[in-house]
Amino acid sequence: MRTMSKFKPTLSRAKVGMASLIFMESALFSAFLVTYLYYIGKSPTGPQPMDCLELGLVTINSICLFASSATVVFAVRALSRGSLKGFQVWMLLTILLGLEFLIGTGLEWKKLIEVQGLTIDSNVFGTTFYTLVGFHAFHVIVGLVLLTGTFMLALCGCIKPERDTERVEIATWYWHFVDVVWIIVFTLVYFVGKVPQEALS
Amino acid sequence: MTHASESSTPATKTPESFWEIVGRWSMSVDHKKLGMMYVGAGLIFFLVGGLEAAFMRLQLAQANLKIIDPETFNQLFTMHGTTMVFLVGMPILLGFGNYLLPLMVGARDMAFPRLNAFGFWLFIFGGLLLYFSYIGSQGLYGAPSAPDVGWFAYAPLTDRTFSRGNSTDYWILGILVSGFGSMTTAINFIGTILCMRCPGMTLMRMPIMAWMMLVVAALVLVAIPVLTGAQIMLLLDRSFGAHFFDPETTGSAVLWQHLFWFFGHPEVYILILPAFGFVSEILPTFSRKVLFGYPLMVAATVSIGFISLGVWAHHMFVVGLGPVLNSFFGAMTFLISVPTGIKIFNWIATMWGGRLRFATPMLFATGFIAMFVIGGLTGIMLATVPLDWQLSDSYFVVGHFHYVLFGGTVFGIFGALFYWFPKATGKMLSERLGKWTFWLLFIGFTMTFMPMHVSGVLGMPRRIYTYEADRGWEIWNLITTLGVPVQMAGVAIFLWNVVKSLRSGENAGNNPWDAWTLEWSTTSPPPEWNFDRIPTVTSARPLWDSAHPEDPDAHYE
Repeated sequence: MRTMSKFKPTLSRAKVGMASLIFMESALFSAFLVTYLYYIGKSPTGPQPMDCLELGLVTINSICLFASSATVVFAVRALSRGSLKGFQVWMLLTILLGLEFLIGTGLEWKKLIEVQGLTIDSNVFGTTFYTLVGFHAFHVIVGLVLLTGTFMLALCGCIKPERDTERVEIATWYWHFVDVVWIIVFTLVYFVGKVPQEALS
Repeated sequence: MTHASESSTPATKTPESFWEIVGRWSMSVDHKKLGMMYVGAGLIFFLVGGLEAAFMRLQLAQANLKIIDPETFNQLFTMHGTTMVFLVGMPILLGFGNYLLPLMVGARDMAFPRLNAFGFWLFIFGGLLLYFSYIGSQGLYGAPSAPDVGWFAYAPLTDRTFSRGNSTDYWILGILVSGFGSMTTAINFIGTILCMRCPGMTLMRMPIMAWMMLVVAALVLVAIPVLTGAQIMLLLDRSFGAHFFDPETTGSAVLWQHLFWFFGHPEVYILILPAFGFVSEILPTFSRKVLFGYPLMVAATVSIGFISLGVWAHHMFVVGLGPVLNSFFGAMTFLISVPTGIKIFNWIATMWGGRLRFATPMLFATGFIAMFVIGGLTGIMLATVPLDWQLSDSYFVVGHFHYVLFGGTVFGIFGALFYWFPKATGKMLSERLGKWTFWLLFIGFTMTFMPMHVSGVLGMPRRIYTYEADRGWEIWNLITTLGVPVQMAGVAIFLWNVVKSLRSGENAGNNPWDAWTLEWSTTSPPPEWNFDRIPTVTSARPLWDSAHPEDPDAHYE
């Protein structure tokens, strides 16, 4: 018999499952990203991205979200070292940073709605902006639910470092994915999309 | 109660009550039960969708008929298309994958059994939600009760202004929900195929159907989310005043077409690739030969998967995308016929020189090849842009896609039903009734769909409610309608066959067809744990190897 007869698949189900989920989510986001791209500069009336979108608050939010990707890595490292305490502290920090992002987005939206008058039905800019950013924010919420659940399990002592490090790490992949999507959304909305109207027509 | 249980001897089992049976099935996470429920539910929807088609054909049997209302007719073709694609094709094919994949790769269940049950119940819920629109969606007086915007729901017809009431929202939500069911199932397929194979089963030793299902699962994960995204946008348009697909406020109706067909064309490969898989399993067994060109078959499947993502705009040649895009998508469509042609030749080469046994599964598989080739050839005709300008949205197109989806997918499904029914139930289906089913379906199918090509070339547009008498379309429409009762008789005989076989069928034994893949090594029906001992394989045909230890396949790999 050949050596191949001893073959046994060694991939982990959890890793493949999470990778497939992320693959699927990427396709879902592509639909929204392409739509946003398609409608850039196609709003002749109503509030324009040039006038509405300011970099101040969103930059702070983005830094918090990017930082949370790093803190979650530190959390997993602490867990793999066997330090449950360190894991809890880093996880809490990650969740707080994620919450800051959500609250920051909420404040930005409040200003856009109340000061600039940009709503989902003002023009296609409003339509695509709220849909894309809102859809990402929804994913941040899902990610936060995932992280908070893990954090609670760690608090009640249900997470055993030697047994659960891989599972927790796989759960954090989703958080990294949400982060990577934000890099793309941020670039598209706050840089690419802020082309002046005249430049396109 | 205690008296009753004490008095009965331990050997005799008390028969389960109705609710115990319902509970056992509805709470099950066993891939075999879920697979059978998928196929069963899909067949029920198949009867519903078939009846909808029958009513449409009745209306079109002759010129100027007024058997049903025009509004009802619009609902019928919308519900027929939506049902057949999302509630018949997808669940039956995914159901077969569910039932067969763990058995074929030598595993005890899918990678994520509970996720599997979740996906199944999402599909059921989505289907019921869609059909609930008949009762629940009359939001306004005079608004339609069921979706009536066509199965691809083009904008701006789906706009609040033109589609009042809630029927389109039911269409969106029903498909959205069942779509999430399909996506979870696809994740499960990938996990099962990549991680749950038994020792010795390398990727190139998997039954070829597992390869096809792997590509299908990847396509589901690329295509369905795009539809889901587009449907979310449409929902925002309809409910919150967003402007995605509203041309009056600089939205774009063409964008919906792009997003829909970016889903829609991979979708037809999602519907046909599992049927390719069934045929590729059936043909070698009934030709007593190995599948010709296994590695090429794998390569062709993977290339179909990739190319199918770049052909969607051949549904949009009449939109006016311009010569560059039209030529590109036309050329890509020609290109995809190359790997498909490779498969056809591989199947013919598998049969060539074999000892052919024309049992019912083989009849359907052979019928599949012939009918699919016809559908494929009319597909190539439609990929030619100038011809498409002439024939787009005519009955020629209807004839074309029914040749691939009925002559292809449905024939494949019937072949698979006859082939794996003995495994799932332990009983053989009657061969005599099976042959009746095949010939009635085949003749009825040809009568119904072949004349559509003619009426299409003569200029009959699809989806029209009725037509004038002097167009030369009457005889073709009459033949088309007359094919329907023939098909219905075929399906009725099939259902009778199933009932009869379950009551008093011949026992199947483990391997009634003398096949070579792992699902035939366990009992029929398989125990809940599938295999007493997880098998180890040394080639792509483990049952051949154990029957012929002097000449195992591993020597030729």
